[in-house]
Amino acid sequence: MTAVTEPFAAEAAGRALAGGVKPRRYGSWYVAEHRIRGMRSYLKTLLVTSVGNPLVYLFALGVGLASLIDKNLGPNGFNGVSYLAFVAPALLATAAVTVAAEECTYPIMMGFKWNPIFFGMNAAPITGNQIVNGVFISVLVRIIPTCVIYFLVMLLFGAVPSPWGALTILVATFTGLSVGLVIAAYTSRIVDDKGQMAMIMRFGITPMFLFSGTFFPLSQMPIFLQWIGWISPLWHGTQLGRVLSYGAVEPAWLSALHVLYPAALCVWGWTTTQRVVTRRLNK
Amino acid sequence: MSPPVITAKSLTKKYKEFAAVDGISFEVAPGESFGLLGPNGAGKSTTMRMVGAVSTRTSGDLSILGLDPNEHGPEVRSQLGVVPQQDNLDMELRVRDNLIVYGRYFGLSHAQCGRKADELLEFAQLTDRAKAKVDDLSGGMKRRLTIARSLMNDPRILLLDEPTTGLDPQARHILWDRLFRLKEQGTTLVLTTHYMDEAEQLCDRLVVVDKGRIMAEGAPADLIKQYSTREVVEVRFGSDRNADVARRLAGVGERLEVLPDRILIYSEDGDAELALIAEMGLEPITSLVRRSSLEDVFLRLTGRSLIE
Ligand SMILES: Nc1ncnc2c1ncn2[C@@H]1O[C@H](COP(=O)(O)OP(=O)(O)O)[C@@H](O)[C@H]1O
Ligand SMILES: [Mg+2]
Repeated sequence: MTAVTEPFAAEAAGRALAGGVKPRRYGSWYVAEHRIRGMRSYLKTLLVTSVGNPLVYLFALGVGLASLIDKNLGPNGFNGVSYLAFVAPALLATAAVTVAAEECTYPIMMGFKWNPIFFGMNAAPITGNQIVNGVFISVLVRIIPTCVIYFLVMLLFGAVPSPWGALTILVATFTGLSVGLVIAAYTSRIVDDKGQMAMIMRFGITPMFLFSGTFFPLSQMPIFLQWIGWISPLWHGTQLGRVLSYGAVEPAWLSALHVLYPAALCVWGWTTTQRVVTRRLNK
Repeated sequence: MSPPVITAKSLTKKYKEFAAVDGISFEVAPGESFGLLGPNGAGKSTTMRMVGAVSTRTSGDLSILGLDPNEHGPEVRSQLGVVPQQDNLDMELRVRDNLIVYGRYFGLSHAQCGRKADELLEFAQLTDRAKAKVDDLSGGMKRRLTIARSLMNDPRILLLDEPTTGLDPQARHILWDRLFRLKEQGTTLVLTTHYMDEAEQLCDRLVVVDKGRIMAEGAPADLIKQYSTREVVEVRFGSDRNADVARRLAGVGERLEVLPDRILIYSEDGDAELALIAEMGLEPITSLVRRSSLEDVFLRLTGRSLIE
């Protein structure tokens, strides 16, 4: 029956060509949509942590530790501002980095292995590059609200002296993304889980958090440890955040570097992840 | 005759030096139900991935709906439904949501996805599980959900890689029934299996593959007619005596096949052969006469059984 009514090959091909138009154009967004739907099941946890985190950190460091430091150095004795204002942009950037690292480790490895949805997407008209784009869009969808909430809590604690401070949301998002993309370039090629994820946290994220001028200026660290700051996107993001949030003074070339370096990491991470994912899907 | 929906010529896939698919050629007509029958490692899944436009061929020609999947991967895939050997449903989503997100990949609107999802849940007999977690489904239900998912885009060609492997007999029969329906509706099916009964049930035409090559091609009944006899006598004398007895059975039936645990005697009239064996004074521990199957065809072509 069908054999008779089946149209000519040209028409079948024509339908296929038409069927590819929307997926080619919007495929990345479909992937992001899928992942965001997946996040809905733990939305409550996400909300609680993204509100709870800044409250706890700013209270402990900004109010507890800061009162001690400010008592010794005077209210504006730290880099010309209160300790709270000094540390807040760093904490904000750190929050973005933490979320990005979370979203770029297990979810990417899982997509190939424990919950191999990437293969399912690819069997539909979605390309490897689109899968990567979609994942990164969904990472942004997690980072941005986290940063906005963090910033609002910072305002609440009076930790943002300058009106330019709102731009730290952008800077932190960008910082988080640059770290996430570099991690993704690595996790996308992991075939067997031998605890690499814990290693990334222990030897990547944690030292970065401690040695990126987060709690005290990088210049106060021993010189042989300062390189960690220079290669750490978190330091660059933190410094740029300080420029915007309280007008920290630094040469213009250094501010430019704070933008260019993470941007370069983003480009490298994004294209590398795309290449790795595409290769792994094409078995 | 309308042109074939799939044309493969000398299709080859090599992993380093090893040819997983070694120059196979076949065509599939629209509305046809076409099978690849072969043991584990024959290259069935590799072939399906190439036909599914996700794996680049090493050499040969491949045309799906008149398009080369190398150049038009997403376009080709927009017209396919794929049921992979390993389910890749999203465990983090509920049953119905799995269908919705999948439909979106083809550019369907949310409303279209919702309607289609409900219709297919009905078809897959999963309506009452719509809100369940995928993890809580049985193997057979997961498989049916995967089939439902593959139908979200009303595919022109449905690719099924070992659709019932690992399922219990009842789950298999439910699944076969669903596939029969699709076949009746005129969907082009391409399926792989290492179950000869599945191939006989579902395929209009099939190729027998082994080690990446096609050993034979035809309708199941024709293949049996061509490569086997009408009936087969299976006799067991105990594994230590089989080889010995086989020597004395030379000349009985048209052909003998000696397996470790039993002897197969190929014949047009099994009962007559059994009588002959009794006359010779040989007393098998067990004996049975059955019709020839694709298993016998495979054995004849390769000297090995399909399973194991
Ligand atoms: N990605 C791969 N890399 C290397 N070898 C592979 C790969 N995929 C399959 N093979 C090999 O190719 C052969 C055919 O595999 P496959 O197509 O999965 O067979 P089947 O589906 O018939 O069981 C097997 O020997 C398998 O080990
Ligand atoms: Mg297989």
